[in-house]
Amino acid sequence: MSRIEVLKTYKIYIGGSFPRTESGRYYPLIANKKTVANMCLSSVKDFRNAVVAARGAQGGWSHKTAYNRCQILYRIAEVLEGRKAQFVEELELQGSTKAKAQQEVDLSIDRLIYYAGWCDKYTQLYSTVNPVSGSFFNFSVPEPTGVVSVFAPQKSGLLGLVTQIASIIAGGNTCVVLAAEQLALCAVTFAEVLATSDVPGGVVNILTGNQTELLTQFAAHKDVNAILYCGKDAEMIAKIQDLAIENLKRVVIREDGDYFDEKHESPYLIFDFQETKTTWHPIEVIAGAGAGY
Amino acid sequence: MKKTHKIDFSSDWNLAPAPESTTHFKLKDTYDLFINGKFVAPKSGKYFDTINPANEKVLAKVAEANEADIDSAVKAARKAYDTVWSKLSGKERGKYIYRIARIIQERAREFAVVETLNGGKAIRESRDVDVPLAAAHFFYYAGWADKLEYAFPNRKPKALGVAGQIIPWNFPLLMAAWKIAPALAAGNTVVIKSSETTPLTAYLLAEVIQEAGLPAGVVNIVSGAGLTGSFIVNHPDVDKIAFTGSTAVGKIIMKAIAGTPKKSTMELGGKAANIIFEDAALDQAVEGIVNGIFFNQGHVCCAGSRLYVQESVFDVVVQKLKDRMNSLNVGDPLDKNTDIGAINSKKQLETIAKYIEIGKNEGAEMYQPSCDLPSKGFWCRPTIFTKVSQSNRIAQEEIFGPVLAIQTFRTVDEVIEKANNTPYGLSAGVWTDKGSKIFNMTSQMRAGVVWANTFNKFDPASPFGGYKESGFGREGGVHGLEAYLKFE
Repeated sequence: MSRIEVLKTYKIYIGGSFPRTESGRYYPLIANKKTVANMCLSSVKDFRNAVVAARGAQGGWSHKTAYNRCQILYRIAEVLEGRKAQFVEELELQGSTKAKAQQEVDLSIDRLIYYAGWCDKYTQLYSTVNPVSGSFFNFSVPEPTGVVSVFAPQKSGLLGLVTQIASIIAGGNTCVVLAAEQLALCAVTFAEVLATSDVPGGVVNILTGNQTELLTQFAAHKDVNAILYCGKDAEMIAKIQDLAIENLKRVVIREDGDYFDEKHESPYLIFDFQETKTTWHPIEVIAGAGAGY
Repeated sequence: MKKTHKIDFSSDWNLAPAPESTTHFKLKDTYDLFINGKFVAPKSGKYFDTINPANEKVLAKVAEANEADIDSAVKAARKAYDTVWSKLSGKERGKYIYRIARIIQERAREFAVVETLNGGKAIRESRDVDVPLAAAHFFYYAGWADKLEYAFPNRKPKALGVAGQIIPWNFPLLMAAWKIAPALAAGNTVVIKSSETTPLTAYLLAEVIQEAGLPAGVVNIVSGAGLTGSFIVNHPDVDKIAFTGSTAVGKIIMKAIAGTPKKSTMELGGKAANIIFEDAALDQAVEGIVNGIFFNQGHVCCAGSRLYVQESVFDVVVQKLKDRMNSLNVGDPLDKNTDIGAINSKKQLETIAKYIEIGKNEGAEMYQPSCDLPSKGFWCRPTIFTKVSQSNRIAQEEIFGPVLAIQTFRTVDEVIEKANNTPYGLSAGVWTDKGSKIFNMTSQMRAGVVWANTFNKFDPASPFGGYKESGFGREGGVHGLEAYLKFE
C-alpha cells in the first residue's frame, strides 16, 4: 500500500512564530490551473501585529555587532543550502523548470553570502570624517532607517524576495514583507529557514496576501520608517508616494525584473535604507602648545 | 565681605551704541526678477514691499513672480542646461563656482549688513556666521565639480537637469548657498525662490552671479510667497525640488509631486533635545543652551528647544541660565554688541506669542529677563519655561522663536526615551564629560546631527539633514552631492 503524503499547511511568519492569519481567510495559490495550496490571506491586523514585532526587534538587531549580523546572514545561507531540494520542488510546483529552479535556489544562497559579507563593511564605504573649519572632531556614519514594509517582487518568488530581505537586514533594519501573491510557497518555507538560522524573531516578518488590500496600511502606518515597492504600476507607485507622506516614510521603488542580474548585488541597495548621522565634538586647543613633536 | 560669583546687574550695565555702518553700499529702490542672466520686470506686474523688521521701515520694492515668470525662469534654466552647462567640463563649472565664493568674500560686509537689515538677525551673526559660511559653501562645492566620479565609486553620476529650490527666511543667503552650490557642482541649472520676508540678499547674490560671468540662465532667482513656490513645484519641466522649511509645507509639496518623476530633498522642522548630565562642565553647558535656543532669535530648525537637565543639577543650571539671560543684549540688530535681534516678521512674532500663551495656560512657569525693547519693530525677550511636561505643546511643537521648554530626568534610559519621543529628528545635543556616555547618547539619538559638548555648529564639509519627519537627504559634505545626481 502506498503511503499517504503529509501535506504542508502554509502559514505566515510574525515575531518568530508561525500563526495563521487572524482573519481566518485564505486564497488559493494556483499553478498549472491547479490549486497547489491554501495560503493565508493576511489582514491589516496581521500587518499591524507584524509591525509591532519588527519595531520590538529593531533596537536589538541594529545594535548587534556587525560581525554578528554577518554570521547570522551567512547562517541563513547555510541552512538554505541544506534545504535546497525542498525549494527546488516548490519552485517546480509553481511552474518553474527543474534547471531554472536549481539556478534560482543556488543564486539565492550565493546572494545571501554576498550581503552577509557587506554587514561589517558597508559603513566603512559610506562613513566620513569631515574636515570642518574649526577645532572639532566631526564624523558621519550611516544608521538603519528602522522598520521597512516591503512589497516583494511578484515575478521572482524566492530570489527576488531573498535579495530584498538581505539588502534590508544587512543594514540593521527590520522588515515586514508581503510575499508574491502567486509565488508564495518559497516565501513561507524561507521563513522556516529564517526561524532556524539565529535570526531573532521579528527581524523579518513574512505575510502572504494581496497587495491592493494591504496597500494603505503598508504605506501609511505611522510606525514604519520606509517602504519598498518592487514593480512598475504607476498608479500603485503614486498611491504609495502619497500615503507615505503622512510620516515622511522613505519610499524606494525597485523593478520586478530579472533578479539573476548582477546589478542586484550592490552596497548602494543597502544604503537605500540608511540615514546619515553626523556627530560633532570639540577638540581641546591648548594655547601655545604648538607642534607636538 | 561676602564672596559672590554673580555679576551685579543692578549696577550700570549700559553699553554705548556700536552700530555697524550702512554707508558703504546703496540698496536699489526696486529689485526685479533675475532670469536668464538679466534683471527683468515681472510679467505679473506686481511688486511687494520688503521691510526692516527692527523698525518696520520699507527697504525696497521687490518683484513678485507669477506662473508666467516661473515658466520663463524654468525655460531659461532648461536652455542653459541643454546648450551650455551640461556641455561644460566639471573643471570649468568649478571655476565659475569658485568665482562666486570669492566675490561673496569681497562683498562680505555688504552682504552681512543687508542680511541684518532685511532679516533682523544680529550683525555679529550675519557677519561671523551666515556670510562666511555661504562663501565657504560655494568654495567647498566648487572643488567637487570635477571630482564627482570619486564621490560614488562604481556608479556613473549624472546631473538631474533643472533644480527648483525654495528656501526659508531664517538664513536667507546661507540657505541659497546650501542649495545653489551643490546643484551647480553636480551640473544642474537652478530656479530658486527666496522667502517673501527676506528677498534682498538673494538678489545681491544674483549680482554676484552676473559679476562672476556665469552663463545666462544657469542660476535664476525669483521672489514671492507660497503661491510663487507652488508654480515651481508644479512646473512639469523641473526635475528636482529642494525645499527647506516647515514640515507642514514640506508635506504639501510632497503631495504635489507624488506620482511625478520629480526627485526631492526636504530639510524640515525640528524640536531638538539638548541634554545636560550632572557631570557636564556646567558653565560651558549653559553657553550651549543659550547658543542652542537664542542663536538667530531661535529661528533655527535645529534649535535646541527642548532642554533636559539631570535632576541633581537642575536648580544650579536654571539659576546659571537665568543669570546668563540677564546679560544678553536684545535690540538693534546692527549694533555689534547685540545678541538677540528682531523677530523676522509680525506673523512670526504672533506665532511665538501664541505659544508663550499656550505654555502659560498649560501650567508651565515662564521666565524672561526684564530688558527694554525698542518701541518699533518685532521683538521677543528670551524666554524659558520650567515645570513643563512631555505632552505640553511647547515641548512637542516647533515654535521657531527664542522659547525654551525645560524638563528634568534621572536616568540615561529615561532621557533617551524622552528625547526620541517626537516625530522630528533633525538634531540633538549632549553635555557630559564622560566619553563612553557621549558615544552611547550620540548613537541612541534618532537625529541627523548630534552635537556633543557643543551646539549649532555648521560647516560645508559636514552633512546636515534629518531623520523621520525632519526630512530626507543631506546638505553639505560629499553626501550633499547625491541630492543633485542620478546614477545609471
